Amino acid sequence: MRYALRSPDKFDLIAISFVALLLLALPAEAAQAIAQDTVDWWVWPLALFVACFFLGMIAVPAGVGGGVLFVPIVGSFFPFHMDFVRGAGLLVAMASALAAGPSLLKNGMANLRLVMPLALAASISSIAGAMLGLALPANIVQISLGVTILGIAVLMITVKKSEFPHVAQPDPLSVALGIHGVFRNSISGQNITWQVHHTSAGLVLFVIIGFLGGLFGVGAGWANVPSLNLLMGVPLKLAAGSSSMILSMSSSSATWYYLNNGAILPIIAVPSVTGMMIGARIGARLLVILKASVIRRLVIVILLFAGVRTLLKGLGI
Amino acid sequence: METKRKLLPEQLHYAAVLHWSTLAGFIMLVVTFIAYVFGWLPSYVPLERMPQLWGLSTSEYLKATGIPTGWSWLFMLGKGDFASQTGIAILSGCSIACIVAIMPAYAKSRNATYFVICALEIVVLLVSAAGIFSIH
Repeated sequence: MRYALRSPDKFDLIAISFVALLLLALPAEAAQAIAQDTVDWWVWPLALFVACFFLGMIAVPAGVGGGVLFVPIVGSFFPFHMDFVRGAGLLVAMASALAAGPSLLKNGMANLRLVMPLALAASISSIAGAMLGLALPANIVQISLGVTILGIAVLMITVKKSEFPHVAQPDPLSVALGIHGVFRNSISGQNITWQVHHTSAGLVLFVIIGFLGGLFGVGAGWANVPSLNLLMGVPLKLAAGSSSMILSMSSSSATWYYLNNGAILPIIAVPSVTGMMIGARIGARLLVILKASVIRRLVIVILLFAGVRTLLKGLGI
Repeated sequence: METKRKLLPEQLHYAAVLHWSTLAGFIMLVVTFIAYVFGWLPSYVPLERMPQLWGLSTSEYLKATGIPTGWSWLFMLGKGDFASQTGIAILSGCSIACIVAIMPAYAKSRNATYFVICALEIVVLLVSAAGIFSIH
């Protein structure tokens, strides 16, 4: 498997240094230090709604799912236990994907034949991830999540995307499953025939991705899109849309597990989902007036910050 | 329109079912939550206790509140905290409804592969929903 990498530029290095200095100045237990007995019950859910509103606004232009921002940030800055944060995170990822689904399918930005086999693999493993996640001590989950979030940030910095990958020959499995189609390039108006390869490797990768999604309560768009685009050769926009559909199914299976085990609290989950959904609607309009690359860099900095905070919190620092 | 003609018919059917089921889920989510936080429905766990409880792990929380797990909440919809879970359950079940809706199309076109894939996906989602692997 080959990936296109780009060297970090000056901005990336400055951002990383800034984040490191900022982190050292902030105590990891800030949220817990605020005496919970001194605030009314509605204060933190309201703050959560507002925070998720802003997260939703930047997630869309940056091209990341809300879940990957939600879990580390809420887990680090709010007094909720990681079990409930992850349960809410899964619901956020699932709800966002469900809301976008009809439009993606009707406009041909997602393909069911591509989605279904991969979603099946991810759905099964996400249950296993959820089971492990609720069984592990919170600090182990925090440490693992911190490392993963940092890895996601590095991935976002270094990995390039290919708008229309060239697939010379589809593999036998994709031919047998009928995974191919015609994608309309909305900019040029051209119809582009697409096919995929490395389908078996893709299935294995989606098993791993589904597991991580269930374990950490994050959406897996950060991994789905590169896997579809760079490994399997799916056009970028189709990869992003199909990723959302895959998420809607794999997150559902993990969400059921969290719900049945009492790990979803409506007082946390509902403000998160509604804040994120409303913010995302505005974020979609921001794309018109702001450069996506600027917001994407802001999100990378936030992810670096949140990743290290989560790691430090897991280490008890 | 040209794009829609190139789309698989089951894809459009999936989109339609997804649209309405998701809308129902979101409406239920918001309505029941409003009833919960404004006290129109009494809560099982008093809202004033939540700041002392939401920092606990799931197992500690369940022990402190005596809340049953699994599908027991379905019999306690008169309580705001459980009524609020209805919307969550509907949203979690949207994928099941959509997949069931498209399976006849695969059966009709004798597409055994995707019929089986859909069936397996439903089994996975139903097993998860049934709480067979619950730890509490």
